[in-house]
Formats: sequence, structure tokens, C-alpha cells
Amino acid sequence: MSDESSDFKPSPDTRLALGQLQMVLPEGGLLIDAESLRPYECDGLSAYRRLPLAVALPETVDQVQGVMRICHRLGIPVVARGAGTGLSGGALPLENGILLSLARFNRIVEIDAANRRARVQPGVRNLAISEAVAPLGLYYAPDPSSQIACSIGGNVAENSGGVHCLKYGLTVHNVQQVEMITAEGEQLLLGGGGLDGPGYDLLALVTGSEGLLGVITEVTVKLLPRPAHVSVLLAAFDDIEAAGNAVAGIIAAGIVPAGLEMMDNPSIRAAEDFVHAGYPVDATAILLCELDGSEAEVAAQVEQVSALLQRAGAGEVRTASDTDERQRFWAGRKAAFPAVGRISPDYYCMDGTIPRHRLAEILSRIANLSDEYGLRVANVFHAGDGNLHPLILYDANRPGELERAEQLGARILEASVEVGGSITGEHGVGIEKIDQMCVQFNSDELAQFHAVKAAFDTKGILNPGKAVPTLHRCAELGAMHVHKGELPFPELERF
Amino acid sequence: MEAALNEAEQRLAEAVHAAHVAARPLRLLGSGSKSFYGNPVEGDDFPLTLPTDSIRHQPSELVVTVGAGTRLADLETVLAEGGQMLPFEPPHFGPRASVGGLVACGFSGPARPFSGSARDHLLGCRIINGSGRILHFGGEVMKNVAGYDISRLMCASLGTLGVILEASFKVLPIPAAQHTLRRPMDAKQALLEIATLTRSPLPLSAAAHYAGHLYLRVSGSESGVQAAVTEIGGETLEDGIQFWSDLREQRLAFFDGERPLWRLSVPPASALPDLPGDWLLDWAGAQRWLRSSADATQIRAATEAVGGHATLFRGGDDSLNVFHPLPDNLLALHRRVKQSFDPAGILNRGALYP
Repeated sequence: MSDESSDFKPSPDTRLALGQLQMVLPEGGLLIDAESLRPYECDGLSAYRRLPLAVALPETVDQVQGVMRICHRLGIPVVARGAGTGLSGGALPLENGILLSLARFNRIVEIDAANRRARVQPGVRNLAISEAVAPLGLYYAPDPSSQIACSIGGNVAENSGGVHCLKYGLTVHNVQQVEMITAEGEQLLLGGGGLDGPGYDLLALVTGSEGLLGVITEVTVKLLPRPAHVSVLLAAFDDIEAAGNAVAGIIAAGIVPAGLEMMDNPSIRAAEDFVHAGYPVDATAILLCELDGSEAEVAAQVEQVSALLQRAGAGEVRTASDTDERQRFWAGRKAAFPAVGRISPDYYCMDGTIPRHRLAEILSRIANLSDEYGLRVANVFHAGDGNLHPLILYDANRPGELERAEQLGARILEASVEVGGSITGEHGVGIEKIDQMCVQFNSDELAQFHAVKAAFDTKGILNPGKAVPTLHRCAELGAMHVHKGELPFPELERF
Repeated sequence: MEAALNEAEQRLAEAVHAAHVAARPLRLLGSGSKSFYGNPVEGDDFPLTLPTDSIRHQPSELVVTVGAGTRLADLETVLAEGGQMLPFEPPHFGPRASVGGLVACGFSGPARPFSGSARDHLLGCRIINGSGRILHFGGEVMKNVAGYDISRLMCASLGTLGVILEASFKVLPIPAAQHTLRRPMDAKQALLEIATLTRSPLPLSAAAHYAGHLYLRVSGSESGVQAAVTEIGGETLEDGIQFWSDLREQRLAFFDGERPLWRLSVPPASALPDLPGDWLLDWAGAQRWLRSSADATQIRAATEAVGGHATLFRGGDDSLNVFHPLPDNLLALHRRVKQSFDPAGILNRGALYP
């Protein structure tokens, strides 16, 4: 996609809108020239780029309300953006729309240790929360791999996960209240000061709604006490199925690990070359299992899990004996994406979820698809919660490779739905997976989504065209599916 | 079994569709175990006759999918046979309690502040919306961010958005050990003590204050529980399991009698509001039960002052809105959300907000 709107000439209406926006925004709070807009042309899904009409950088809730009122009155689309690290193109600008950056909302408003919560502005980085409350022995649990950069507002929009979800939940389980500005510019508080709020659970509905229902201006997060002890085991397997069975065995034994991750051989090799974590590079798969709790509890569980892993056929089981070693074990996994980035000019990260017992089957289907499309695939897997991240390796400079990678990705997601999973576990639909939504939901369900959207945003100005496809689009794709995902007229713009 | 389920579901969906077309309000009737809860509903009685034996438990996936007509007690028995449980300890309020009512009311038991709520564990559900369409949202996987999270929205919506047909929950292993400790102190002290304890990495699974005692439960592995018991200290309550179950089911003496029962949902460490009546603190201080004949306005104002909301859970004035009033713009949004699921306003009209 290459429409960069660089020669865009503002219409009289547009000039009116920009003039009004200027009035409600602070000095330097409205960017309109192409050079200043450039940094906002894409999010983490950088294959898609587009310049917005303008970027608004409000500093106060009043200013956000002002922007929304103007855009609502004039029918101008608004795309909210946090840190721009999203992987599904949710913050991709619209050429006729305002990109509303929450970057200046970067304050931790209140840390309330007695109630184990913190009130933060949406632009605060995920990791900054845990850092700020560390002296109190507390932390914020969801830890997406991008946590040094991603913002809490974006986490709420995407319902972000991380490697500790199985035990500690997703964003939706760790947020107690949000302040939200509606499409009309009204201010709402969703959730409650306690553990629930009155009325419908709109907090749950808004979490993961990808900026389609409102603009988050404050988030109250739940804080947890840091575990007293943490241990990590690393087990090497020469058979994927055995590794999958080991995961089932750990769960069946009544153990809920804090983290349970799997990497396949291409990922192991890439990570090892990059960070030298000491991974066994000949293994078909490795499992990383983190256990936390009191000293006695962790010691007992390490012994139990170790035995389980060996019984399941692990060739080697190592236990991190200190913090350094534990961090080294994790370093490879946390750096898996950039590590794969080193061995291929480009890679495309997928995010399907599957019932765990279908893992071996899905991986063998992915291997076959990889052969069929002639593209390598490396897999990292949140094994505890069935969230699979196949990384498709391609070279954007080779004509047609990006398209092949996208088609391969689409086939993987469709396979995930087929085995009872979902097209996205934690990255969101955005523009990236909008067509696969037609596979996961039928027209009645999509119509219900549109009705919910209309309840929040009658004019449809918030992030239009993302997350939920129109019925029309799905109907057209339905016909196209006859051609096994190979779209006719590839020259036509599809997003 | 599946065929029976589909047939019953189709029949209900057709009936809802007919009511939608005729704009005829329906009063959804499950097992009736929680019919005391909520505002009065206008409409014709609509019995939800669904199969009572639909349970698909996948222990290694930590997931159970269960028909709404299934009794909660039966579900818990099946889960326990697989060594697992619903981590949010849903109250039953009677032997006939069904899974549909669990979702519709969204109640959670004493473990709530430590293990999460009913909505936290709801992974997906199938519903009939107010136009009579059968819809499926979410699924049987832990992580799923495709589309809006409509499953969780169903929780505690009191049947006003859809007829719940089936739900999938995340389940967890039953802890190997648990232990209940008790220490004499007043409510104010108890709140301070809880605030301190919950900031430490202890395997706490419940904390309540009742009749002059702080009750604490720890759960986990044998060794973990032993270490925590030593660290926390206090008198061991031999019939701890009974105590927590009586608290959850409102069988303690506190719940006897006719005085109105209020539920206050507040920040756990917030000061005890100055209100006349008797208190029982659950959820580590975040859910407070108040037996009081005080004026609703007074109770709500005091609760709002600490950032919470108050529900008239049982008894009291029939003419009163049992739920905490919402700001006008939020109430308007509630009505639009209701309308988006139920355009003719036929499902449990009035149950949540008039």
C-alpha cells in the first residue's frame, strides 16, 4: 500500500476543521506538514503506511474533549495512538482523519499502595509502572514483550498479554477503572473504585476494543506483590509432540506456572546467535517454565516439574540457579522477534490461539504451508495459554514475497480457527486481520458488533475501517475464498 | 446430547424472535435461585427450558464448556472429579442454581480479590440476542481479542442483553492444601491488617471480618501453605471450609432477619463509612455487607464518597432502584447498549435500570 497523500490539498472544510482544532490545542499541539507527520505514518505493522490529515497532541482531558467535539461535529475520523508499538495496524492513520496522540499523557497520577492500585495516564509506558512501584514491593503483572516501549493506553485498547498471562491474566484482568472520552466528547468513568462497577461491564467491553469505542484518558491498574521466589526451568526436546505433552502434564499435575513458553528450532537458533542465552541449538523445541511463590513452594515445584519434564522425554533439564541465569534463560525468548529479524530481511508475526492439544497438528500444518509458499517460519509459543506466534520470514525487496507472506499468514489463522482457536490472542485485529474476522464470525455476529459500535459512536468516527469488517467486505471475500485465498486482482488495494 | 441442546436452543430462539416481532416483553426464568436479585421485571414468564446435563470439561486445557441449564452443583462435581474448580467460587443460593444464572448475575465468592471474578474467567458464550439470533462470542481459548469482548459483557447483565445458552470458563486445579486462620480484632483494625498482608507475597485466598474476628485463608501447595500459616499466625479454624462456604452462601447468622441487606463495592482499604447498621467485610475489604434500615440516599452518598457503589442486595423498599444510580451520560450509554442487543426492549425489561 503506498498512498502517502503527500500532495494532499486541504479543502475549505478541512481548513475550517484545522483552524478549530488549533484553537483547542496548545502551542505546537497540531502537526500538519508532511515532515512532522512522517513519524506517525505507521505503527508496529510497518508494511502499512499512510499520512494523516493532521496529528493532534493534546495535554489535558479538556483538550481531548475539544478535539472529539470538533471532529464529531464535522464528521472527521479520529485514530487514537499510544506508543505506536501495536502489531496489527490499529493506529494506522486515515488520510482524511486526525491522528490523536496520547504521548503527552505521560504522568503517573497516584500510587495507592494500601489499595494496591495506581492511577496512570494512558501514555505511561507499561514497564514504567512496575518500576515506579518496585520500592513498595509491588508490580503491574501484564508484560508484553514490548513493555519497555508500549503504553498502558495502548495495552487497554489491545487487551495486551505477555508471558505471564496464564497465572496473572491479561490487561482486562488487571485494570479496575478507566476514564474515557466518547466520540461526542463526553467524559465517562467505567469500572469502579473497588473490584467492580455499577451497571454493565463496559470496562470489559472497552478493553481490547482497538480505539473504536472511545479514547482512554486515564487508567487505574491493579498492582500485585512481587513473588518472594522465582525459578525458571529450561527443558530441551527432540520432538514437538513430547514438548506439548510435557505442557499438558504440568497442568494435569495441578501446577499453574507463572510462565510457560515454547520455542521451535529455528527460533532457538536465531535467539542463541543473537543473545547467547546458552540454548541447546540442536533441540527440536525448548520449554521455559517459570515457577513463583514462597521459597518452600518453589523448591517443591521445581523438583516436581523437573521430574515431569524428564518423564515426558526431555533430553536435558536445566534450572536457573540465580537471577542472572534466570534472566539469561528469558533473554532469548524475549529477544526472539528481533533475533529472527537478524536472520531475515523482514518477518511477519502472526498471533493465533489454539487449544493446546492441537499444537503438534498445527505446527505440522504450518510446516507444510511453509513448504507450499516457499517461506521459512519460526515459531514461538505461549504454551501455557495456547497463543502461537509464527514468524514468517520474507524479503520485501523480492517482488511478491510480502503478498505470499500475508497469504501464508492468513492460511495459518484460518487453520487456527478451524481447530477451535482464534485469529488473534493479543495483537488485535487492526487492519491486518480484518479479512480473517469474516472466517471467525458469521454475519449475525458481525452485525451485533456493528450495533455495539453504533451505541458508542453513532457517526462512526472512531478508528473506522479497523477491527470489525463490514458485512459487504465479508460477502465479497466469501466469493473470493473459492480461489483458496489467492485473491484475484492483486493490484487492487485491500486495506 | 448436542442435538437436544440445539433443538431446545432453536425453540427458544424462535420464541424470542416472535416476541421481538410482537414487541412483547419477556421475563426470563432460570432455576429461580437468584430471583430475589435485581429490579422487578415487566413481561410474560419465559421459562428457559434447556438441557441440564451439558458439560464438556477439558482438564489439560483448563477449560470447561457448559450449557446454561446445567446445575452449578453438577458442574462443580464434574470439575472436582478432574481435580479442578471454578476459581471465583460462585455463590449458589440454593441447590437448583444453574450456570445461566451464574453468568447473568455474575456473583463471585470469597476468593474473588485473589483469584478474579466470574467475568474474569468467562472465556466465551453463546447467546440469543433480543432479535432471536443465536450468536457465539469468545471461545475456549485463554487469549482471544478478535472482536469486542461481548462474553464478559454478558456477565452481570441480568439477562437484559441476551438469553445465555452456553458458557466456557477458565478453570484451575484445586489447591493441594488450604488453611483458615482467625484472629480477634475490630473491623477497622482488620482493614489495616488486610492492607498490610495483601502487600506481601502470601498465598492468601480469602480475607473477611465477621463478628469481631479477622478470618484469613491461605491456599496452595502443602509447603507453601505451612510456611504462610507460620508467617501470618493466629488460631486455626478447624471447620474453615464450612465457614467460607457459609459466608459465600449467606448462611451465617449475620444474614438472618428482615433488615435490608446492602452490598457495598469499595476500594478495599477505604475507611468504614459512618453508617448505622452491622457490617460483614468480605473480599479483603472490597465487598462489604451492611444490614441497615438507613435511607438509601445516605448509604449511596457515603459509598460514593470513597469511590464505590451500593446495591440493595435483598429486602428493603420495593419501589427503590436496587442498583446504584448512574450519571446521566453513562445511563444513556447503557440504554443504547441495551438497544443494540435488544432493539424492542423485550428481555428482562427493567431488571437492571428502568
